Amino acid sequence: MSAADASPVLSVEHLTMRFGGLIAVQNLSFTAMRGDITALIGPNGAGKTTVFNCITGFYKPTEGRIAVRHGNSAVWDDLEAMTDRGIRSTRRPDGALFLLERMPDYLVAQQAKVARTFQNIRLFPGMTVFENMLVAQHNPLMIASGFTFLGVFWPQAYGRAEKAAVEKARLWLDKVDLIERADDPAGELPYGAQRRLEIARAMCTDPVLLCLDEPAAGLNPKESADLNALLISIRDEHATSILLIEHDMTVVMEISDHVIVLDYGVKIADGTPDQVRNDASVIAAYLGVADEEVEQAEAEVGLS
Amino acid sequence: MAEEDAGKARVDVVRAVKDAGLAGLLAFGLFLPLIGFQTVQNIRNEVALQTRFPLLFVFVAIVAGARLIQGLVIAPWRARRAAAPRSPSAGASAFAALFSRWLGPFGLGFVILYPGIVLLLAGFGGAAKWIDNFGIQILIYVMLGWGLNIVVGLAGLLDLGYVAFYAVGAYSYALLAKTFGFSFWILLPLAGMLAAFWGVLLGFPVLRLRGDYLAIVTLAFGEIIRLILINWVPVTNGYAGISGIPRPTFFGLPFNASDQGFTATFGLEFSPVYRIVFLYYLILGLALLTAYVTVRLRRLPVGRAWEALREDEIACRALGINTTNTKLTAFAMGGMFAGFAGSFFAARQGFISPESFTFLESATILSIVILGGMGSQIGVAIAAIAMIGGTEIMRDLDVLKQVFGADFDPTQYRMLLFGSALVLIMIWKPRGLIATREPSAVFRERRTISAELVKEGHG
Repeated sequence: MSAADASPVLSVEHLTMRFGGLIAVQNLSFTAMRGDITALIGPNGAGKTTVFNCITGFYKPTEGRIAVRHGNSAVWDDLEAMTDRGIRSTRRPDGALFLLERMPDYLVAQQAKVARTFQNIRLFPGMTVFENMLVAQHNPLMIASGFTFLGVFWPQAYGRAEKAAVEKARLWLDKVDLIERADDPAGELPYGAQRRLEIARAMCTDPVLLCLDEPAAGLNPKESADLNALLISIRDEHATSILLIEHDMTVVMEISDHVIVLDYGVKIADGTPDQVRNDASVIAAYLGVADEEVEQAEAEVGLS
Repeated sequence: MAEEDAGKARVDVVRAVKDAGLAGLLAFGLFLPLIGFQTVQNIRNEVALQTRFPLLFVFVAIVAGARLIQGLVIAPWRARRAAAPRSPSAGASAFAALFSRWLGPFGLGFVILYPGIVLLLAGFGGAAKWIDNFGIQILIYVMLGWGLNIVVGLAGLLDLGYVAFYAVGAYSYALLAKTFGFSFWILLPLAGMLAAFWGVLLGFPVLRLRGDYLAIVTLAFGEIIRLILINWVPVTNGYAGISGIPRPTFFGLPFNASDQGFTATFGLEFSPVYRIVFLYYLILGLALLTAYVTVRLRRLPVGRAWEALREDEIACRALGINTTNTKLTAFAMGGMFAGFAGSFFAARQGFISPESFTFLESATILSIVILGGMGSQIGVAIAAIAMIGGTEIMRDLDVLKQVFGADFDPTQYRMLLFGSALVLIMIWKPRGLIATREPSAVFRERRTISAELVKEGHG
């Protein structure tokens, strides 16, 4: 958003993902700006979740480069050098750059600070809401507990270190309005609250980029409006950019700064919500085309 | 209305009797070849057929009687209860809360005082059997159950070869103590570390396996260790086992009748009971260490990561948790406690052989964990007392002779009775005796979590 730092936080270049003979994503390139809400939309089966799984390390892309930066935008200068040298991250005093396609999934979250949620919510249902928030802070807490040894033999020191984690959990539970249910098992929450908890849990990892897979799916209009407010506040008040997959067009058009449209694994449009809304190929992909155009196309290939 | 009820009741009786008759007939057909006839060798070394119709009749009567009771009493009672569902009364839940609040402290006090109580009741002569067979034997299994609980109950990784780590601990102690003469207190942590090392070694190949596949590989691992112990004769002495393993000493004082012995030093009359009491407190201390460390680990990030792994592995990875390390630490911790227990076992027995480390042991430990309720410390302890104590009691249960006749040997039916008890408990409480989960961290108010929500892990 801020003009001073209008450089990408995420850059995807020539991403291709093949499953056997099926090409799920083909030669996809896009960027997500720092401090923006970027939406990835497209009809069912367009390859949106595949792109997400490639970014977060759950799939190894067949081809392509995915880079995330922390801090100063000057670190982008290192991109070509680190690609050639075959390393997965470079760190400078004021920033860092990560090549996600070279990292295993847990390092994408731990080091590159890319957090994600899932289309079918993945909480820890038998653990309390509060425990869910603490599991998300595993890595800082692991260091605080002296990789467990200190925590076993000197519980008091660990207890003090845990306070910061509890505070962060309190902050986010407050934000998603779940503080009253902190001691209830996550599996007992209603659907909308589970969605909010998953976002809050992801935010506990202090992400630079938050990837949300259909966060508004199954929400009622009021919950959907609350979600919009939450996402906007994450964007404006925290150093977190958002990449989201969404089917709910009112959500997309209302909150996103930048929209990318996929169809059959290929990017068909890329721009502001208004540009995308009026794009002919997007309308064709979503609504189909007029009968005469179909007839014209069939005549061209000799079907009728 | 009343007439209708009476009619229904009469029909129920007829049906129940019919059912019972049918079940009896079925049991007769089944047990006639199994129990009714028996082949024996007569004086001329010939096979002769003997009949055991009275015993057959007892079995058929038990089956028919049980079916009759089920039809007449249990089924109507269950129907009544289903028709009028009620929430547990306030009194009952208050009692349950009080019970769970005081069970731990009371149980702990009892196990600490147990040798004293037994000595008071049975005297020096009779106490040894009660402390050894019941106290020490049960505590070994409590400790093994708590150790396996880390792997199965917390991390949700089904391990059918847990006895392998027990064997590694026992053989580590036996071989190192006999070869190098190290003391028990040096070898105890060493045996734990070696078993933990083998836990990590097992962990690596099974990292990507889940469910049935994980179970099969761990089962095979247990068998591999046992077969190595049998076949690597120069080191392990094969089937013959290792005897003359040094006994643990009381800070350097051996438990024997010599002048340097424990009893002579303290001016007591020599009795083997002192050694047994010492061993009892030793295994009690080790078991409590296991419990303490497990309770602490659950509240630390590593323990919470184990439980998160059981709940959802993919979500763990999305939150930046290294699931490889998390699984390996679970295997290592579980293996370490089995190693401690193993070295204690070797020191207590003075003799070990591969016979002690069969699959049946793994199965027993696993059923203790499952019966107790996966993840519950107190549940596992109760299950170990019931299972190990139960089988020990059944060894000398002469009451059953009066029911089944003088030639009935209760030890032969031990496993049968034991298996039926297990099946019944699993029907009654499918998630184990203590099925609720205690949260590892509390924000404002402690609430237990019902078993339906808690996942059982990937295998």
